[in-house]
Amino acid sequence: MASLCSRGLRTHSSLLCPSSLFTTRNGVFFCTMQNTQTEKTKTRIGNTKTTQIKASTSTTQVRENEKMLNDYEAVIGIETHVQLSTLTKAFCSCPYNYGSQPNTTVCPICMGLPGALPIFNSKVIECAVKLGLALNCKLAMTSKFDRKQYFYPDLPKGYQISQFDIPIASDGYVDLDLPLEFGGGHRKFGITRVHMEEDAGKLMHSGTGTYSQVDLNRAGVPLLEIVSEPDMRTGIEAAEYAAEIQRLVRYLGVGNGNMQEGSLRCDVNVSVRPTGQTEYGTKVEIKNMNSFSAMHKAIDFEISRQVLLHNQGQADQIVQETRLWEEGAQKTATMRKKEGLADYRYFPEPDLPEVVLTEDYVESIRASLPELPEMKNRRFENMGLSVQDVLLLSNDTNVCNFFESAVDKGADVKMAANWIMGDIAAYLKNEKLSITEIKLTPQELAELISSIKGGIISGKIGKDILFEHIAKGGTVKAVIEEKDLVQAS
Amino acid sequence: MISAIQNPRIQFLFQCRYQFNFPPKARHFHRSTVLLNSASSSSRVLTEKTLTSTSPPTSEILTIRKSLLSRERKAVEIAEEYLNRLRVTEPTIKSFLHVSENVMKEAEEIDLKIERNEELGVLAGVLIGVKDNICTVDMPSTGGSRILQDYRPAYDATAVKKLKESGAILVGKTNMDEFGMGSTTEASGYQVTANPWDVSRVPGGSSGGSAAAVSARQCVAALGSDTGGSVRQPASFCGVVGMKPTYGRVSRFGLMAYASSLDVIGCFGSSVADTAILLEAISGHDIFDATSSKREVPSFASQFISTELLESKPLKGLRVGIIGETLGDGVDKPVVSTIKAAASHLEELGCTVSEVSLPSFSLGLPAYYILASSESSSNLSRYDGVRYGNQAAAEELNSLHSDSRCNGFGPEVKMRILMGTYALSAGYYDAYYKRAQQIVILPSVLVRTLVQKSFKDALRENDILISPAAPSAAYKMGEKKNDPLAMYAGDIMTVNVNLAGLPALVLPCGFVEGGPAGLPIGLQMIGGQFDEGKLLRVGHIFEQTLQGCRFNPPLVA
Ligand SMILES: [Zn+2]
Repeated sequence: MASLCSRGLRTHSSLLCPSSLFTTRNGVFFCTMQNTQTEKTKTRIGNTKTTQIKASTSTTQVRENEKMLNDYEAVIGIETHVQLSTLTKAFCSCPYNYGSQPNTTVCPICMGLPGALPIFNSKVIECAVKLGLALNCKLAMTSKFDRKQYFYPDLPKGYQISQFDIPIASDGYVDLDLPLEFGGGHRKFGITRVHMEEDAGKLMHSGTGTYSQVDLNRAGVPLLEIVSEPDMRTGIEAAEYAAEIQRLVRYLGVGNGNMQEGSLRCDVNVSVRPTGQTEYGTKVEIKNMNSFSAMHKAIDFEISRQVLLHNQGQADQIVQETRLWEEGAQKTATMRKKEGLADYRYFPEPDLPEVVLTEDYVESIRASLPELPEMKNRRFENMGLSVQDVLLLSNDTNVCNFFESAVDKGADVKMAANWIMGDIAAYLKNEKLSITEIKLTPQELAELISSIKGGIISGKIGKDILFEHIAKGGTVKAVIEEKDLVQAS
Repeated sequence: MISAIQNPRIQFLFQCRYQFNFPPKARHFHRSTVLLNSASSSSRVLTEKTLTSTSPPTSEILTIRKSLLSRERKAVEIAEEYLNRLRVTEPTIKSFLHVSENVMKEAEEIDLKIERNEELGVLAGVLIGVKDNICTVDMPSTGGSRILQDYRPAYDATAVKKLKESGAILVGKTNMDEFGMGSTTEASGYQVTANPWDVSRVPGGSSGGSAAAVSARQCVAALGSDTGGSVRQPASFCGVVGMKPTYGRVSRFGLMAYASSLDVIGCFGSSVADTAILLEAISGHDIFDATSSKREVPSFASQFISTELLESKPLKGLRVGIIGETLGDGVDKPVVSTIKAAASHLEELGCTVSEVSLPSFSLGLPAYYILASSESSSNLSRYDGVRYGNQAAAEELNSLHSDSRCNGFGPEVKMRILMGTYALSAGYYDAYYKRAQQIVILPSVLVRTLVQKSFKDALRENDILISPAAPSAAYKMGEKKNDPLAMYAGDIMTVNVNLAGLPALVLPCGFVEGGPAGLPIGLQMIGGQFDEGKLLRVGHIFEQTLQGCRFNPPLVA
């Protein structure tokens, strides 16, 4: 894998940086990344162990695996990076739009030009406080920024502005309900800390794999890093935890939580230990999962891999490393081994003052928090909906709003939930649409349900009208009158 | 406190400290017993020998303004005069890394403005040199480093923007020790600047180019930067006025960072008035520097009292503390005498002068070098050859970084990056990091707090503090090149002021023997936070009443 790095930066002429900056040296520069070593290790580990798990599809082996798994306990902790959708980056006035032309939203500050200094975007604090409160954290009334130092071409300053020993929020938890198909039940997972930091740029590897280019559009975009306690035990728990973080981020409006775009990124630490043992096993980090189901599968795969090694008396082969989830092969594979812990040489960022919160500020944010998923779920349950219905409804804010507004207009709670999660959901799935994109309004859904409930039309006719409205819109009354659909009494 | 800690990393500090007390070269040091009132006769004699005229320095900036407004002279004539002198002296002095091609064009524009009766900025037609680590759009800015050879910034530093808005003409970029790391300007990646008083001697550093340029009258005034004395020590060596403002007074936006918590942009002038006018022009809050102060900027120069109106005791009641620790071992005796003579002069002006002790004084130097090199190791990480600057041809990423930096940085910079990286290193796990932090970083931060406190205490009993700006006059080129610790020890007079973030003014106060015409000595005046106004006022009166001194180097005299 000879990836190369080019100095192929080009700025937009309309930007602060004159093109002279880059055109003085036009020669494209080539260099390979430091991946020669990992290549070897990958083959070794990948070939022997992972294939065994993949091959184990016969029923006896599955049963054996299950028995094996019961003798071990997995310990899972998650680091989640949430990209904030603030109008400007964390330390400069550049906007960030996913998918922009490379290096079009950069300036001297986020490019790390000599002499440039960061200026802090206070919106980032607001987002951090919101999320900290939603995660039931303690807030540090005085926190600070630190520099985390390492060299990489996508890190313009040679350090990342982050928070080290005093994160803005810490010691929180999330409450969530597991879906019934995964056994249901209530879970509470601890949150170690939430801190503010800036994102790095992106390396774009060329199609031929012979060189890479640096895109700094993402450099300096604000992130919140959420570190969980190692409280999760299965892939589904971890995936549900991440889904809950996504819901919170969306409910709070601090980010779009989109995993495909990388706006929500989860790095999962997995270790395995014999059931009953108190000390942790060697932990392995998994990256590159861009959906919750990928997370679920990646973690379960990794647990099986580690348990198998334990079982074969090869636990020493479990090493501290970062593994990538390969969606195509449905397995994890070594990306890089960790040679001791990286020394980031943190020290307090001298270019930025301390972050000081006041009680009034925190209280005003607390008062402005929207209803959070957990609270909403309890309210729906009290309206008489089943846990399953509640989870499905509250998963998508738009669906949830549609439901609530239909109920507000007088729709029967259960019928509204059934219709939305039944026929409407099926239609949306089929047509790949969002509920905000259909012609049917909550008002008309309420009308329709009332007409059926009041015996004016039959359920079957109701369904016909529903599909017509989803596609074309219109009022229920007009359709009933026009087509003379009133049920003969 | 530090001495109780057993850590090899600290060893350097002790070496550093003791080195200061026992310099490698055998010299005779005596704790001076000269009374404050008895001015050294030797320095007096020397001073009188040097002069050709005894008139005190006048403000070059105000003179230019007057002659422009009265249409006595044209801006192009003034610019021509300076450029001519620059052309003649530059081959010897080598203070500029780049001379602007636009000087005459900009002077013409000023003349046009005068013709059209347009309003003129306070620095209209004034030729100003800018230290090479301060970003300028239309001139290369290399920070004296090969790694930024031919680099042209995308934006003007805030201080530069303000100069341009005031009508100043930027003459060029002045030479400096690479990224400000050095005290002689010999660590420049490009050339060695000579001291106009004796071209075989260093101009001091790191702002040696700016100090030499003002001293040789290659420009009217100049910007420098001061992290541990880089404005004040060269001002002393070159016989010009140098001002290090309070941390936060002047925006650092566009100043290539050396040690962010210590760096300030400062000014040079051939008179206190010029220095004051320049400082006022570049001061003030800047949204692009989160550490810049929102304090209002007073009109420094307008508070000056004209010499004719001075009473016999114009500084009556001013309490001056002379820092005892700066007059002891390790400080050249003639320097001590000159400073004591300056103290006598202050007494004659009505001040009460008493000796004060700053107990933490000697701790400042090692703490400074730990903090400054730690921060610099981080600040210089951005010079990786990826986005700008000299890039080494390499086959893979690690060698791209290391070769670019290895070829681009000079030995002094490499040494400080290594020292700083070492000081910040955690070893391999968190616990050790925290322990290391407690041992190495905390003491430096703690010393910093101690230094701040001892200054605060001393400034409660005194309005200003005085000391030499350097333990010696300008020394010979190459003299300390292979003895970095001796060079670091030379910073003892100035680093504490940076640790405390205080303002300090250095102005020439006498001469010691050396070179063809004697070597100037600078008096350092230290004030409380944001007390630049007081320092400049006192400095102005001191300068205007100092008898028998004229600080024009032989090169231009
Ligand atoms: Zn930017």
